[in-house]
Amino acid sequence: MNSSPPAGRAEASSPVASWWLLGPGLLWMGLLFVVPLSLVLVISFAERGTYGGIVWSFSLTNYLDLLHPLYARILGQSVLLAAVTTVLCLIMGFPLAYYIARTTPRRQGILLLLVMIPFWTNFLVRTYAWMFILRTEGLLNTLLLKLGMITAPIELLYSNTAVVIGLVYGYLPFMVLPLFVALEQVDRTLVEAAWDLYATRWAVLWRIIVPLARPGIIAGCLLVFIPSLGAFLTPDLLGGARSMMVGNLIQHEFLVARDWPLGAAISCLLMLFVMGMMRWLLHAASSRPRQEDAS
Amino acid sequence: MVDQSASIDIASLVKRHGATLAVDHVSLTVPRGEFFSLLGPSGAGKTSVLRMIAGFETPDEGTIRIDGRSMEAVPPNRRPVNLVFQSYALFPHMTVAENVAFGPTMQGASRADITSRVRLALDMVKLSSKEERLPSQLSGGEQQRVALARALVNRPSVLLLDEPLSALDQQLRQEMQVELKSIQARAACTFVCVTHHQEEALTMSDRVAVMHQGRVLQVGSPQDLYEAPGSAFVARFIGVSNELRGIVRRIDGERAIVQSPECIGEIQIVLPMHLPIQVGSPVTVLIRPERLRLSTTVQRLSGEQSLAASVDKVLYSGSDRRYLVRLGEHVVWNVRVPNDESGRNGLVPGDNLSVRWQISDAVVLSE
Repeated sequence: MNSSPPAGRAEASSPVASWWLLGPGLLWMGLLFVVPLSLVLVISFAERGTYGGIVWSFSLTNYLDLLHPLYARILGQSVLLAAVTTVLCLIMGFPLAYYIARTTPRRQGILLLLVMIPFWTNFLVRTYAWMFILRTEGLLNTLLLKLGMITAPIELLYSNTAVVIGLVYGYLPFMVLPLFVALEQVDRTLVEAAWDLYATRWAVLWRIIVPLARPGIIAGCLLVFIPSLGAFLTPDLLGGARSMMVGNLIQHEFLVARDWPLGAAISCLLMLFVMGMMRWLLHAASSRPRQEDAS
Repeated sequence: MVDQSASIDIASLVKRHGATLAVDHVSLTVPRGEFFSLLGPSGAGKTSVLRMIAGFETPDEGTIRIDGRSMEAVPPNRRPVNLVFQSYALFPHMTVAENVAFGPTMQGASRADITSRVRLALDMVKLSSKEERLPSQLSGGEQQRVALARALVNRPSVLLLDEPLSALDQQLRQEMQVELKSIQARAACTFVCVTHHQEEALTMSDRVAVMHQGRVLQVGSPQDLYEAPGSAFVARFIGVSNELRGIVRRIDGERAIVQSPECIGEIQIVLPMHLPIQVGSPVTVLIRPERLRLSTTVQRLSGEQSLAASVDKVLYSGSDRRYLVRLGEHVVWNVRVPNDESGRNGLVPGDNLSVRWQISDAVVLSE
């Protein structure tokens, strides 16, 4: 990979790539990302006032409170739901992305548009639509009853199942798009070469396509897993009181319990957890020594 | 009737791409162990033929037999052939050794067997020292060798090569021509090579099929094709060819006199046996540049034909000089003179002279 001479580096100082191009992005991120984040970090070490304000004194109480098994359970549940969501998105997204990557350019455009069309409508509205579908006397139950496939309506709404359905629905495009990009770059002749060398369809998939699409698979999984883990709208509306995720917990602490310091502490912990997870994933992704380190 | 000694037996193969015939009733037989080339310009249908042999494309008509076995409905992974791709198609995430081991692994060979076969194949292409490298860390020529080893390790009945040397630079290409030929001899395997490069085809092949617009125009040894082209297309495509179109004026036994409206003078030709040529028939006379002689004297050697010409351009190319001589307003011939003593005869553009050749060196085609 690094074998090519650093031709780009010589050009880096040329007027074509001046540093001030970074300006707007840096300013935006600095003001609206770094500053609030630092605030959250500072608040997480403060204490809650009696009536919900912030008492500016340094303490670790919030973090010690988080050792309570209740929080671990909520985090565990969140990780589980996010993981199930990611796996389902991958299973459904991969064949779809593969098809789009291999079809004619015309059809590619149409299919990619269809994948992205849901974004044209507000996510909240779409989630309400799912409530309408999943309700006890909702669309799905009515249909199944009419078809005689069930005798009594099943309780779908306000369950972990409903949350996963909602999350998969919401984040599937985030899986499909990076997978599509990665799969489209897999040279077709490599597939032919493997086929010519006696590989069955499965062998072509597992030994050629999947390894080569790995960056896309990892990107897709991260793009689905991370927002799923912190989701609060979907579990709030579709999961109800029965399935609380970390996102709901944070929202609850900030808005309902008015315990900003504890909410901030949970936020920081979640962020740390996600960062650790990403590190581990990216490390696992690049750990095939022959792929990157060989030079 | 199936020829049992044939590696490949193709009968009236047809492939349509939309309304056009990409491959138009191609029939070929390649004996076992032969180095066979499909030569033609791009779009001649040669790659289509190759891909149909490999199994990536399905013929619309006709049959392909490999080792006497019909290949109908046999997918590429069950055919006893392997293809060396033009782009090499090496698996970028696997080392050289893993690339080469891919075929035997897929066929379920034992680990020990795979190891020894991979070593043998890499030895054959002289790449044993680089087996732990990734394809991206190899030069173009080395990648080409890996692609060869990856195919040959499977001991295919037929090795298919799609423009094998097109991605290499000139010098490497010439080295690899020799190399390919000797690898073929060592592997004792039938090679079918697709190329648009005539020199490549002539140097490496036992026999060559010249293809044009989906059809096979002529099949023969390189020498046959060069010295006895069956059509003007073959003559032009293989090497440089000087042409003169004319009308037969008189026939005198085995010989005939041809006059061309394009230049002054008459020439004598030997009538080809297989062509129905009569007085008044239009013919094309072809002569290779190295068979021509330039002379400023009037004296003619016996059996020599000559036409008056003037020097248009002199091109120096090291081992020889190329003269472009004008015989008429629209006729410019290429003359190649070795750069020895006789080559330094100091001809300059504008000189009047005569172009001469032995009567037996002219190839006659009927229009």
